[in-house]
Amino acid sequence: MHLTPVGLEHFLIVSAALFCLGAFGVIMRRNLIVMYMSLELMLNAANLALVAFSRFNNNLNGQVMVFFIITVAAAEVAVGLALIVALYRKRQTAHVEDLASMKL
Amino acid sequence: MFDDFKPEDVAWIILFLPLLAAAGIALFTKRDGKFSAQISITAVALTFLVSCGLFLMFKDAKLVPTTPLNWLNIGDLKVEIGLRLDPLSLLMLLVVTGVGTMIHIYSFGYMKEDRCMGRYFGSLSLFMFSMLGIVLSNNLVMTFIFWELVGVSSYLLIGFWYEKPSAADACKKAFITNRLGDFGFILGIILVWATLGSVSFDELQQRLLKAPEAWSGVAAIAGLLIFCGAMGKSAMFPLHVWLPDAMEGPTPVSALIHAATMVAAGVYMLCRVFFLFGAHTVWPEFLSFLNGWSALDIISWIGGFTALIAALMAVQQNDIKRILAYSTLSQLGYMVMAVGLTGPTAAMYHLTTHAFFKALLFLGAGSVIYACHHEQDIWHMGGLKKKMPVTFWTFLLGTLALCGVPPLSGFYSKDAVLATASEHSVFLFIIAALVALLTTFYMSRLVLVTFFGANRSDHADHAHESPKVMAWPLVILTVPTVLAGFWGIDLFLGRQLAPEAVAHHGNFLETMFAPFGHAPLAALVGLGATIFGFSLAYGIYANAEKDPLPEKLGFLSRAMRDRFYFDEIYSGLIAITHEAVSRLANWFDRWIIAGLGVRGLHGSTEIVGRALRLVQTGNLQTYAFLFVAGLVLVLLFALK
Repeated sequence: MHLTPVGLEHFLIVSAALFCLGAFGVIMRRNLIVMYMSLELMLNAANLALVAFSRFNNNLNGQVMVFFIITVAAAEVAVGLALIVALYRKRQTAHVEDLASMKL
Repeated sequence: MFDDFKPEDVAWIILFLPLLAAAGIALFTKRDGKFSAQISITAVALTFLVSCGLFLMFKDAKLVPTTPLNWLNIGDLKVEIGLRLDPLSLLMLLVVTGVGTMIHIYSFGYMKEDRCMGRYFGSLSLFMFSMLGIVLSNNLVMTFIFWELVGVSSYLLIGFWYEKPSAADACKKAFITNRLGDFGFILGIILVWATLGSVSFDELQQRLLKAPEAWSGVAAIAGLLIFCGAMGKSAMFPLHVWLPDAMEGPTPVSALIHAATMVAAGVYMLCRVFFLFGAHTVWPEFLSFLNGWSALDIISWIGGFTALIAALMAVQQNDIKRILAYSTLSQLGYMVMAVGLTGPTAAMYHLTTHAFFKALLFLGAGSVIYACHHEQDIWHMGGLKKKMPVTFWTFLLGTLALCGVPPLSGFYSKDAVLATASEHSVFLFIIAALVALLTTFYMSRLVLVTFFGANRSDHADHAHESPKVMAWPLVILTVPTVLAGFWGIDLFLGRQLAPEAVAHHGNFLETMFAPFGHAPLAALVGLGATIFGFSLAYGIYANAEKDPLPEKLGFLSRAMRDRFYFDEIYSGLIAITHEAVSRLANWFDRWIIAGLGVRGLHGSTEIVGRALRLVQTGNLQTYAFLFVAGLVLVLLFALK
């Protein structure tokens, strides 16, 4: 069985698939926590693409970028989860349908 | 500043004293009617004195140069505020301030019980200022400004009793009708300026002498346009309808504005610019059917026609003031006719004497109305001769002067008009004679019905002579009414208006019989018309209980009483034209501007807003979906 070597396209396809899954999750799931996880998935899809570019371009810029993203994402998770918990405490729910107060 | 003071600059005082009085009254003393009246009367009396002084000082001068103020420079247009002192304006000054003083004093008695006396005298002073502005003005633009000011003050005074709907309507009618004429007037001024490049009377006269060719092409049109202004102010047919209605104002106002001065402004202005009419007339292409007629011909015919129809209307009026109003119209027609027949001297002569006796007649009528508790119908009066001797005798003298009985002033001035007519146009002469006859007829009717016979109502029964402050002006005004024929007014004016035709009469007796000497036909016809008119009126109205004419004349009498249906025709015309236009404008405004424009814009904005509002669900996931969808769209668009 002839195996094609793994190229940039494969990485990018996986990254795109992950991104789409993440986006789908954000749009379709009702639970805030799950939406949040899907969001992280989208971030990591971007990370994957960046790492792949870095590898195939032979420079480290992309990987440095990824470190930054991971750091920022960690901070964001801390803030985001704290917000969700605070919201849950106030409203006793984590479902987006119940949190439509952005409408005037 | 006063180093180069010249005596003629005193004339500025004449102009500004009444303005000061008006401003003072309007700003400070309006509440105090009596004090305001005193201010106003003092101002006008002082102007009269200064005018007399000026007259004595400059009565032999042809034109007194004064220092004008430069008011406006726009490109080639130079407008000055300057005073022109020549025989014409000096005479008019005397008439306006003299008659004005008498009427101010009279008003003090007549308006004593009115609580708005301050407003009344303020408006009166404003009127004096505007009128003197017209008289003294040395250019067309300044004339026009004061012309409009006169219109405004006349509006204020006609509508003085504005709580009466008829007075409010009358003042609007007067103002709007005047505006119609003034529109033509300003077009005429623009045409004069565009052709001759100046608006100053002096300058115009010189340029006309230097280059008359440039003027002849537009002379006729410009002349007629300027005449439009006179037509409005002097109430010539077809703009005559406002004057009878203007009698809604207080009677002294009718005497001052709508008999002696303002309505005479049109005639005065025509005489002032008479030199513009002298040129040979060439009509432009689209008016070529007028060839063979000059502007002056048209003016004289309009004047003659107005004189005739107004005299006919006067015959069947029953309101004492309206009879006098139509009589004024008719006499103004006389003057305008005289101007049109190249006799400005005769016109101004008649204007002067008419100002005296018509003011006298109006004040007499005011006295009668005052005595009869504001009863104005002559058939409700009667027998007032014994109750009001002063009013009766002065009124009688005024009537005789108006009818042209020698040796009263009216005879000489009317004779001058008739003589001018007889020299130039047989047909107009016949009309003028007919008007003279009608004048005597309706004035005799007025006097016979009002002062003779039996008392026909309680008001007339309880009438008593007016107070002294009203009686004295009547007595004083009889002096010029009787004597103005001997003062050589025509000679004085002739020096300026018709230098070649000045004739000297010599002594008193010669002056008295002069009309029979140089125009015997006119004098005899005028006298005959007077006698015939009087005997006719005496036959019909001596001791008449009610007017027998409506039965005898039938429809004609009704037409005369209803003013030949001019008002009805005009309102019909307005209904057709003006109403149609305003309906169209209303439709356009309602459906196009308000409907399509305003409401359409507002509606479409609202619909779009409502549609967009549906997007704002407040649901996080909708936003996320739209965000992603947008992104996909952008990517699709970018990657294609």
